[in-house]
Amino acid sequence: MSEKSEKHDERLSVLKTYKLFVGGTFPRSESGRVYEVTDSQDRWLANAPLASRKDARDAVVAARKAFGGWSGATAYNRGQILYRIAEMLEGRRDQFGHEVARAEGLSRTKATAAVEAAIDRWVWYAGWTDKIAQVAGGGNPVAGPFFNVSSPEPTGVVAVLAPQESSFLGLVSVIAPVIATGNTAVVVASETSPLPALSLGEVLATSDLPGGVVNVLSGRTAEIAAPLAAHQDVNAIDLTGAGEALAKELEIAAADNLKRVLRPQPVDWAADPGTGRLLAFLETKTVWHPMGV
Amino acid sequence: MPVFEYAPAPESRAVVDIAPSYGLFIDGEFAEAADGKVFKTVSPATEESLSEVAHAGAEDVDRAVRAARKAFGTWSALPGSERAKYLFRIARIIQERSRELAVLESLDNGKPIRESRDADLPLVAAHFFYYAGWADKLAHAGYGPDPRPLGVAGQVIPWNFPLLMLAWKIAPALATGNTVVLKPAETTPLSALFFADICRQAGLPRGVVNIVTGDGSTGAELVAHPGVDKVAFTGSTEVGKAIARTVAGTRKKLTLELGGKAANIVFDDAPIDQAVEGVIGGIFFNQGHVCCAGSRLLVQESVQDELLDALKRRMRTLRVGDPLDKNTDIGAINSAEQLARIRTLADAGEAEGAERWAPECELPSTGYWFAPTLFTGVTQAHRIAREEIFGPVLSVLTFRTPDEAVAKANNTPYGLSAGIWTEKGSRILAMADKLRAGVIWSNTFNTFDPASPFGGYKESGYGREGGRHGLEAYLDV
Repeated sequence: MSEKSEKHDERLSVLKTYKLFVGGTFPRSESGRVYEVTDSQDRWLANAPLASRKDARDAVVAARKAFGGWSGATAYNRGQILYRIAEMLEGRRDQFGHEVARAEGLSRTKATAAVEAAIDRWVWYAGWTDKIAQVAGGGNPVAGPFFNVSSPEPTGVVAVLAPQESSFLGLVSVIAPVIATGNTAVVVASETSPLPALSLGEVLATSDLPGGVVNVLSGRTAEIAAPLAAHQDVNAIDLTGAGEALAKELEIAAADNLKRVLRPQPVDWAADPGTGRLLAFLETKTVWHPMGV
Repeated sequence: MPVFEYAPAPESRAVVDIAPSYGLFIDGEFAEAADGKVFKTVSPATEESLSEVAHAGAEDVDRAVRAARKAFGTWSALPGSERAKYLFRIARIIQERSRELAVLESLDNGKPIRESRDADLPLVAAHFFYYAGWADKLAHAGYGPDPRPLGVAGQVIPWNFPLLMLAWKIAPALATGNTVVLKPAETTPLSALFFADICRQAGLPRGVVNIVTGDGSTGAELVAHPGVDKVAFTGSTEVGKAIARTVAGTRKKLTLELGGKAANIVFDDAPIDQAVEGVIGGIFFNQGHVCCAGSRLLVQESVQDELLDALKRRMRTLRVGDPLDKNTDIGAINSAEQLARIRTLADAGEAEGAERWAPECELPSTGYWFAPTLFTGVTQAHRIAREEIFGPVLSVLTFRTPDEAVAKANNTPYGLSAGIWTEKGSRILAMADKLRAGVIWSNTFNTFDPASPFGGYKESGYGREGGRHGLEAYLDV
């Protein structure tokens, strides 16, 4: 946009109105509020929606509505859809490279590397969907005539506070493991760099991902996170994007309905992610049945 | 139906020698509380005082945590195979002393000797034996090539299975190289103190296991202590939430095993006699003092009358009384406080319009007792369908379709266990898939095994105990 606008002898570029992504649609904030998003040199980039607590609640409703279908889909099907997200992103590599460069003040080369790593991360998690149950579950040799088997199941609706610094690779690295296993997510984008997250919504909307599986909110992390941490229909919260004081406050609020809490920790987003984030939002279900003829 | 008379068949108390008083077990030695405070532990069947036990305060908890910290370096540095051998020793000594411990448990807790002897103690020994074997195989457990222990584990356990819950806490903690400070429940401290003696017999290094007795304030001191790296709690959801708030913003890893309101679902094709046995065991095992008790019976409408008739017939044969009598099915309620809570909720059931039924049943004149009780005409809004009673009280609801059964079963903030009774295999699997609970018992109920992970969804807590999964709670992963 900015490059084009410099060439105003040719044409004036069309700016994008950035909107939230909730329930598969792109609403503005119900509050009607926006906030100014700037690049690292403080130049105006866009007016992003300043989501309210009502937007957060609407997103939870959408995520809950989507949970039955998404958790009930076959692991193979979820893998196909996650791979489709990678395919769609591959076609928009330049767009995201451009957005990440502006959002994080990176060179185009570094931004492109981050976008490519993010695309590869979707592929990595696409492959995990139908393998994690074999890694995390299995038969148990109980001392009696019983069939006994443990399998992982998704926890439910997960509130995800995306990392503040890594606006796209970090974002994808916290969303993909949550939904790979069948959870649905309400994601709070990086407060200062929300635009790549809002654009990701456009990709998710065209990747066969059912509406509501991922919902993206932009705004003040503390303002949106508080109602999510206290929400009785949210089952877990990833506090990655919260600072120390906010994280403690949210963990206390999360205790009200015993949400599973992933505390903030230093992460190298470029490194092999392992299975930690997949396992953090899984429940183990153990089924018994007697054996006999 | 003929009623059989049973002569009393009491197990002898002579196998157990309870001292008049016990201190705290810290750094391998028994010591009085710093402020000299003590409390009595009472047999709930007779209200007799069994012993006087030290009440640990902040200073004592601090001393215990320091002792555990001091022991941690050496203990965690031991080769896993050596830690394993200590745990195998403990498992064997528990087997050797199992009759003594079973009688002790029945005295202090009030549970029938048949259960402490045939369920609790075998499971306690098996749990230590199971985790002993993991101690030198952690690299193969799926938590990386060299998973590390967390440090000092602060563990707070309930009164319903005192020694079994101790085993569930201590065995995996020690196998993974942690040291522990354990706080047994206020009303059932004795078996943990006897366990201290087992540690002595096993030659366990001092400070690896520390036992601090006391009430809720002692437990609160322990979980809040800055020297604790890991908190494990089994008990009420209310206290579990308070603990989660306490550890918020700290490095402490937390696992919680809390309340439940399990649905036991009986379909019209279920073998009625087997289902009735499962329903009886599901709610009356251990006086219903079981977090995973099948306290909501969901019966398909078409077999409601048949099932309830059979259930009532079976309930008439349950024998309530002396926990040490080998014929006893239902022992004493653990405390006056718990009895009051059960009465309050049962009264609320009547007040809210459910129909109460209990077999005629003579209760002893001293001690705390509650007859096995059934409520019919229960709606989902009734307190007895929503709140954990933790007593021998069964709430009966009905359903018509499998979808309705799933919706009603899942209509609770809890999610610890559920039961399914049907002869149709595909229905079992479909139901098991849809029920939001950590343990699904199909055509069985209340079966436990150290190799089988146990723990809840939603407000029944987080983390698993038992099996390979149970290691994670005590490893830095």
